[in-house]
Amino acid sequence: MYGNDVIDPNDPLNAAETESYDQARRHEDRRHEVGDDFDALIAADQRIEPRDAMPDKYRQTLIRQIAQHAHSEIIGMQPEGNWITRAPSLRRKAILTAKVQDEAGHGLYLYSATETLGIDRAELLDRLHNGTQKYSSIFNYPTLTWADNGAIGWLVDGAAIMNQVPLCRCSYGPYARAMIRVCKEESFHQRQGFEILWVLSRGTEAQRAMAQDAANRWWWPALMMFGPPDTGEAATGGHTAQSMAWGIKRFSNDDLRQKFVDMTAPQAQKLGLTLPDPELRWNEERGHWDFGQIDWDEFWRVLRGDGPCNAERVAHRRRAHEEGAWVREAANAYAAKHAEARESAA
Amino acid sequence: MSESTTEVAGVDAERSWPLWEVFVRGKRGLAHTHVGSLHAPDAEMALRNGRDVYTRRQEGVSIWVVRADDITASSPDEKDSFFDPAADKIYRHPSFYDVPKDVEYL
Repeated sequence: MYGNDVIDPNDPLNAAETESYDQARRHEDRRHEVGDDFDALIAADQRIEPRDAMPDKYRQTLIRQIAQHAHSEIIGMQPEGNWITRAPSLRRKAILTAKVQDEAGHGLYLYSATETLGIDRAELLDRLHNGTQKYSSIFNYPTLTWADNGAIGWLVDGAAIMNQVPLCRCSYGPYARAMIRVCKEESFHQRQGFEILWVLSRGTEAQRAMAQDAANRWWWPALMMFGPPDTGEAATGGHTAQSMAWGIKRFSNDDLRQKFVDMTAPQAQKLGLTLPDPELRWNEERGHWDFGQIDWDEFWRVLRGDGPCNAERVAHRRRAHEEGAWVREAANAYAAKHAEARESAA
Repeated sequence: MSESTTEVAGVDAERSWPLWEVFVRGKRGLAHTHVGSLHAPDAEMALRNGRDVYTRRQEGVSIWVVRADDITASSPDEKDSFFDPAADKIYRHPSFYDVPKDVEYL
């Protein structure tokens, strides 16, 4: 997109560049025939834009969801940022730096999209810092070895793509457009992660064991990224139904999770890694992979703040914000000085 | 210049950084297209941040940044009355005219 002809259009398909992604990019504006009524626009699968009238709950739902997404992007810089100084080669270091920089960029796109709903970015950061808004629980797990960077790219970014491709068709225009950009960039993230594990899994016995250990630790948390089940005993009656009616969400949590398992199980075989689920097997009848029970107690525990790194992530984020204050102040002073100089010259 | 009216972010740091709209020209010969927005204390920083945020993969050969406050936009509420005058002038389109089918280059 954006006339970028550096990327080879014949590149193999990956999780992000699917038919539904292309569809989102080709979305057709039929507003001139549909009109400006919110319900009519939603019914006709049209985009809602910032200055349109919208129900207050729609606005609040989007602020909560997009802000949480933005927070996840910038908190998500930490687990991998942790390994930049220890990347095993200059090549890996350059890649990891670029990836972490991308996450910061994704955070910015998303904060900008949230601001179109009439809330200030500084206010959103306050809410992240004081814990009134959340970020994805996956980032509360530690990166213990180099292989974890591979598992994050392959599984965590892979799961994120599954969630994000449908969001490219979200009914709220600024969010949908941000997601189109994000998805384009995520495909490199997923592939570089797979490549890390691909190299390790064909390396020494110790390297192979490190890759397997990372897959063991990241598999279940990655499945939890899709959120609690929509139906059955563990269902919580969350926001899914309303969000689907509003065109914010396109698939249920369980549908996306199944798609992710179906995509990932064969990739694990290719890597020669065993996913830590004895019940994981192909079901010919269903045409899907069966998988075991997710430990939802763990999910709720980590979400409530009791994960391995919750306190550390937020403390680090606050420290970065506070210790960076002088940079922002210096930029202000510089801008003020030059504005004055311009005024005097005028 | 004791009565400076220039708005520059003061003590409240980032909260008062103005919003800038970012336009990128994909390649020579194309128009600049709006790609998004960002906060920055001045135009120079807006340009640098715009480069880092929106052209990390060679998406552009030129960037414009414009303070959002300086943009005057038509209002969606007045959309009908504002654009109506064009609606009944279909004679502005070439397809309006009845001409013989077998005339070339017309």
